[in-house]
Amino acid sequence: MDDLLADFLTETHEGLVALDAALVRLERAPEDAATLSEVFRIVHTIKGTCGFLGLSRLEAVAHAAENLLGRYRDGTRAVTQQGVSLILGALDRIRAIVVGLEATGAEPAGEDAPLIAQLNAEAEGAEAEGAEADGHATAPPGPAAIETDEPEAGPLPEPVRAAPPAPAGAEPEMAPAGGATPPQTIRVSVDVLEDLMMLVSELVLTRNQLLQLARSQGDSAFAVPLQRLSHITTDLQEGVMKTRMQPIGNAWAKLPRLVRDLGVELGKKIALEMRGAETELDRQVLELIKDPLTHMVRNSADHGLERPEERLAAGKPETGRIMLKARHEGGHIIIEIGDDGRGLNAERIRQKVLAQGLATEAELAGMPEREIHRFIFRPGFSTAAAVTAVSGRGVGMDVVKTNMERIGGTIDIRSREGLGTAFVIKIPLTLAIVSALIVEAGGERFAIPQIGVVELVRVGGEGTAQLERIKDAPVLRLRDRLLPLVNLAALLRLEPKGEEASGFVVVTQVGGHVFGIIVDRVFDTEEIVVKPVAPILRHVTMFGGNTILGDGSVIMILDPNGIARATGLGAETGEVEPEREPGRPAHLLQSDASTALLLFRAGDAAPKAVPLGLVARLEVVERERIESAGGMPLVQYRGRLMPLVPLSGHWDAGMAPARQPVLVFSDGDRAMGLMVDEILDVVEARLTVDAAGERPGYLGSVVVAGRVTELLDTAWWLRQGGEDWFGAAARAEGAGRRVLLVEDSAFFRSLVVPALGAAGYVVTAVADAEEALRLRDAGAGFDAIVSDITMPGMDGYALARALRDGGPWCGLPLIALTGRAGPEDIERGREAGFTDYVAKFDRAALLESLGQCITAPVEA
Amino acid sequence: MQQSIAATARAPIVPPARGPAEAAEEVFLTLTVAGQLCGVPVLTVRDVLGVQAITRIPLAPNEVAGSLNLRGRIVTAIDLRRRLGLPPREAAGAMSVVVEREGELYSLLADEVGEVLPLPSRDRAHNPPTLDPLWREVSRGVHRLGDRLLILLDVEQVLAIGA
Repeated sequence: MDDLLADFLTETHEGLVALDAALVRLERAPEDAATLSEVFRIVHTIKGTCGFLGLSRLEAVAHAAENLLGRYRDGTRAVTQQGVSLILGALDRIRAIVVGLEATGAEPAGEDAPLIAQLNAEAEGAEAEGAEADGHATAPPGPAAIETDEPEAGPLPEPVRAAPPAPAGAEPEMAPAGGATPPQTIRVSVDVLEDLMMLVSELVLTRNQLLQLARSQGDSAFAVPLQRLSHITTDLQEGVMKTRMQPIGNAWAKLPRLVRDLGVELGKKIALEMRGAETELDRQVLELIKDPLTHMVRNSADHGLERPEERLAAGKPETGRIMLKARHEGGHIIIEIGDDGRGLNAERIRQKVLAQGLATEAELAGMPEREIHRFIFRPGFSTAAAVTAVSGRGVGMDVVKTNMERIGGTIDIRSREGLGTAFVIKIPLTLAIVSALIVEAGGERFAIPQIGVVELVRVGGEGTAQLERIKDAPVLRLRDRLLPLVNLAALLRLEPKGEEASGFVVVTQVGGHVFGIIVDRVFDTEEIVVKPVAPILRHVTMFGGNTILGDGSVIMILDPNGIARATGLGAETGEVEPEREPGRPAHLLQSDASTALLLFRAGDAAPKAVPLGLVARLEVVERERIESAGGMPLVQYRGRLMPLVPLSGHWDAGMAPARQPVLVFSDGDRAMGLMVDEILDVVEARLTVDAAGERPGYLGSVVVAGRVTELLDTAWWLRQGGEDWFGAAARAEGAGRRVLLVEDSAFFRSLVVPALGAAGYVVTAVADAEEALRLRDAGAGFDAIVSDITMPGMDGYALARALRDGGPWCGLPLIALTGRAGPEDIERGREAGFTDYVAKFDRAALLESLGQCITAPVEA
Repeated sequence: MQQSIAATARAPIVPPARGPAEAAEEVFLTLTVAGQLCGVPVLTVRDVLGVQAITRIPLAPNEVAGSLNLRGRIVTAIDLRRRLGLPPREAAGAMSVVVEREGELYSLLADEVGEVLPLPSRDRAHNPPTLDPLWREVSRGVHRLGDRLLILLDVEQVLAIGA
């Protein structure tokens, strides 16, 4: 069976069941506007869909019923028992036709004229002049048969005009429908999935409790099966989640056909563009947005786009465009439905608003255009001059808005008269798993979706960045910019935690706006399942949902968009940050490759880190072995005296632990030891260094395993080890030779420059290859070039080729500095013209290579 | 911790009324809020829970005590004391009577949860006109129960907060 028809049948069945119940309710409570709207919407949907499928009998009956319901909804006709009976009769007729349709694939023959006449009589009973508007619409052939000059319009309208029992397209394979191929998919009730999901959530929580118990038990016989249970549970959870996720393209599948048919029917040329069809969202959400989306596309085609001749007259291409875009953004799905049509006519909306008494002239005068546009979301509001079979009954936008709000979404309009209209729908991914940062403010925990988080900055502590105030507004000077801040506890009217002396700023980006959220503490990141908040909380726009954490507690999920709006940061008039370089967010210091970091603790509680590659050895020195010379602690180490530098700033023999952990940095036969409190761990982490909290001895902070960690400035500490630590002898090695360092990462620049400088080289550092070539063309001279490989824009290979191509530097030694040093990389580097290949952080190798290269230059 | 008395709740449901005149007999779960006996139709009750860990929800209406986790579902807790304009509870810990409305679970926080009682409609009186307007809004009537009066709570109205 035709997919489209099968879908239609399923939907219609569902609609009919809902209708029966709703109509009975309506009869009992005729004033219930919500029930009436619901009934109207379902009938409208059935009518709309069968119009496109060429089911003329169905359409005629549904249209007549809708007509009467429209009267009820507008209040021009009171709901009567007789009227409801008639509508129920119409539903029975629809059901009968649908049954025939299912059995044979074609509408059964039959005469509906008396029923339609009765419905029309009932509808027009009160209002005679309404008759001619609807008269031709209800006439049997239906309004779908519009003459058109489009070449490809041929076959479709035909069956509509033809006698009832023969819709084309459906005929051939219809009769033996059903038995042919076994279905690859089955329809499962959402309730079943919902129940499964609930059971799995319970299972996960129980599993977590078990794991916690097992951990406290030490090694128990349960450990192994428990691990297995844990894995299976995780897999099961993912599997159940997956059953609920569907690409949004599924909801769009019908649209191309619909748009084509609309084009034919309306005599317009329409191109439909769809982007982001693979964006996945929860099945339940998908079902709920399907109808509204269809309505909106219909609206765009019907009202939005002009006729070809009007478009040409307006200097636009003849073919109108309807654009559908979907993407994920901050735990939401953003769907845009836009057209390049005539746009909303604010003046006409204004008049209609006045006519319907929705607002006074004075109120309207003070409203920005955007607000006026929003009137189209009011029930029964339609500016369409003529009621067509396609749309224009004012159903649609209010229903769309209600549907969106029911699932916790929002809808917005952007329209410029003459240029087009775009609707932006933002809906939560109800059950999508998102990664969230758990923070604490005012004694409560909250989750912030990680997608919105740009970086974390520690503030207020000793030596870290400080909060400043401009009048009462807290701000943070973050590198080159002034970051507006929002205090989360104050925003949520929670008791602040004493003074806001220390805490964290969660730097968040919403659209083009970057702002900081002040929180007291930052915990872990956790994968969370977003659940919508209860309806009575939906007005609190600060929350995007809530969820249950691994420990079983409920936590509210913050919506950065809501926070931005609540604080006026996201206001439309606000200044939008220039768009960042794609792929390179706000981080000043960043390295693409992950780096092994040694984590340790010294002085305060905050973990500190140093790239493992810089540390020669880890030693533990007994207190008795530490001597003091000139106020500086020393230790005899491998036959020499090694200066020890306390990282906490001072060292007191009386306070020192019996066994002192020391990080040993060495160079040749020299060594320096850094005294720390405790060595914690070695982790592989991608360095995203935030230099905001700059203080001597630290390059900034990084987030390692969810914790803010200070990164050691090794060169600075080496200097603390004694002025002449590198000594004259070492300096002689470089002997004032000039080295050009090409490295995009400021972090590596800050490591390599001092290291080479200490060895006696004069180092010039540039951030990209282009800059290096400019230096060359400006006539700068160097003895050697050290370059990174992976750089934005021109990479290291391209630079090498450019240099070797000729010019004053074509004979210079060229050393590649890279995180990737596999044999193929080295081969590729040599081909491009590199003299040598050195792994990042291998200071000794770099110095050795430089020494060799400079004394024995390569032949170019 | 999560003590469910749903089982006991089911037991005492009295067989259908004797005559057509008594057909309108409803079964209620009684609960106490600041000494006041209240009743909710037992058929609306999904669960009765002991003291639960409740997460506060900032900016929520005052009546909303927070949310709690009921076997993986998030339940919004409504403090009946606050809803009825009564002084806050001194002793920590309230019982939760979980009800469902439009697919969402809500928990009504009461000081104590009593028993399940069939209440014949002939013992029911209308709200006295002098009743506090706040109470009149949520009360479907008053039941004479021996020497005590029981307020029949209209769950729909109790949950109509911030609408």
